[in-house]
Amino acid sequence: MTKPHLELTGVEMAFDTPKGSFVALDNINLKIKKGEFVSLIGHSGCGKSTVLNIVAGLLQASKGGCILDGHEINAPGPERAVVFQNHALMPWLTVYENVELAVQQVFRKTLTKQERRSWIHHNLELVNMAHAANKRPGEISGGMAQRVGIARALAMKPSVLLMDEPFGALDALTRAHLQDSLMSIQQDLNNTVIMITHDVDEAVLLSDRIIMMTNGPAAAVGEDLYINLERPRNRVTLADDPTYVHYRQEVLKFLYEKQRKLENIAPHRNKKATSATTNPSAQTAKI
Amino acid sequence: MSTLLNPSSETRIRGGLKVLTDRFNVAELTQAGKQLLLPMVGILIFLGFWHLAAPQVNTSLGTFPGPVQVWEQSGQLWQEHLNQRERADKFVTMQEERNARILAEDPNAKVKIRGYPGAPTFLDQIATSLVTVMAGFLLATAIAVPLGIVLGLNRHLQAAINPLIQIFKPVSPLAWLPLVTMVVSATYVSDDPMFEKSFLTSMITVTLCSLWPTLINTGVGVAAVNPDLLNVSRVLQLSFWTHVRKVVLPSSIPIIFTGLRVSLGIAWMVLIAAEMLAQSPGLGKFVWDEFQNGSSQSLSRIMAAVLAIGFIGFVLDRIMLVIQKKIAWNE
Repeated sequence: MTKPHLELTGVEMAFDTPKGSFVALDNINLKIKKGEFVSLIGHSGCGKSTVLNIVAGLLQASKGGCILDGHEINAPGPERAVVFQNHALMPWLTVYENVELAVQQVFRKTLTKQERRSWIHHNLELVNMAHAANKRPGEISGGMAQRVGIARALAMKPSVLLMDEPFGALDALTRAHLQDSLMSIQQDLNNTVIMITHDVDEAVLLSDRIIMMTNGPAAAVGEDLYINLERPRNRVTLADDPTYVHYRQEVLKFLYEKQRKLENIAPHRNKKATSATTNPSAQTAKI
Repeated sequence: MSTLLNPSSETRIRGGLKVLTDRFNVAELTQAGKQLLLPMVGILIFLGFWHLAAPQVNTSLGTFPGPVQVWEQSGQLWQEHLNQRERADKFVTMQEERNARILAEDPNAKVKIRGYPGAPTFLDQIATSLVTVMAGFLLATAIAVPLGIVLGLNRHLQAAINPLIQIFKPVSPLAWLPLVTMVVSATYVSDDPMFEKSFLTSMITVTLCSLWPTLINTGVGVAAVNPDLLNVSRVLQLSFWTHVRKVVLPSSIPIIFTGLRVSLGIAWMVLIAAEMLAQSPGLGKFVWDEFQNGSSQSLSRIMAAVLAIGFIGFVLDRIMLVIQKKIAWNE
């Protein structure tokens, strides 16, 4: 048996809160192959982002660990590029400069200035954003900014691309358009992708595999569904495809029957979730 | 019919265009007029009120000066400045001529030119004040911005230093001044001093009082960088310096500039007070000297100085605004 590309073993995450320890994740085990497109789906607050942040190295697991290509992950790095939900572009840099910041950092020693420049342009063209290279993030739409965020991540030549609800903040049409772009890019580059999503259609359409997570606290992997659909996939023809509909139903059943979340309607539920994340502005307001 | 209609419709269109462009210009003019008109009305009402109220106030130096007297004295101050310059120029040319004569007789003779010993004029005092305030403000910025970055990046250090900031921030320049004066005269001992002691005293007082807004704002701005951008920096494994240069500083530039503008305003206010009390050259000393002088024109001259101080403060703030617009990305 070959070693897995990315492996999470017994990952547990506990946050310290004033009311004691809050266990967000409990014993997560995952093996991901190279080039696999994996979606994490689950109700909000189930710890999807925590899993992604642990793989990114932005958070340290309380127990267990994460191994990528034989190396343990204990810090963030460009080989695990992250696409954030709200593009996270530097507002004072142009589109080109934002990608340049990443390329400069990763390929400073290995590429010449000329090569770096064409690599930046190549990645902007990949997401159809070369025309706006000299615009600031404030001057382009949210969908365009998200494309640039993807270009910046791809430009790092990551072995794993981590996406935290990358299309969550976009309108439905822009989202569909970007999903198609992402599918074709992924088919060309064959990156390993881990994507968090709330959207069942998005998960089934894009993924090779959907990891469904149980509700927190102490969330774990509930079901692991492989999507055996031919690529390239077409959203219009798939809409009638019985296999597609079946997969879709599997996920819906998991989310709305097995992991029904009635208490989500009660407002006090949200308090617990926000208390774990500290508010940085509260710290600074005092001075 | 069509031949008849064509030229007439053309002229009509032309005429219409002309009316349109005229109207556009008129609209633009009224817009600009409105922007200028209200401030002008405000100033005129103030001048009228001042003109009527001033003669009602009697002091031991005569009645309080109205706008007319202040305007006359401003002209007077300018004339004095020109006269003084002329005398200074004459003084120097006289020496040059004398030196030329001496050199003609004996090429090896040592000659030198002495500076004009006359008292500084109002405009000289303004120049001195501007140099002092800029020096104090630049020193304050050089201290406050790096310190603010360090405090903003390190929450523990900030917690340790914050009480000190809160205690020193409200201290009046007049309280600092005696201490600064004594320390400067005790420590700055040199046979060939590069700076006047009085200059150093005022400058350091300005620095001590004006660095706080910049320090606090820099700390707040640095601590409030968008967490997503911090994560980007971590994923990219930016070094500490690149992180500060490429992420932290640009992100906090707008709020730092707000602090700098407040600091410069404070620096200018503090400087006048410091100069008055420390008897160091500058606008503050001009005001104090006129007050001690107590002639019938003193009050008008002080009022002229007050207006000049206000106007310069306004111009300094505008200059900062222009620089901010050039540098900050969100403008």
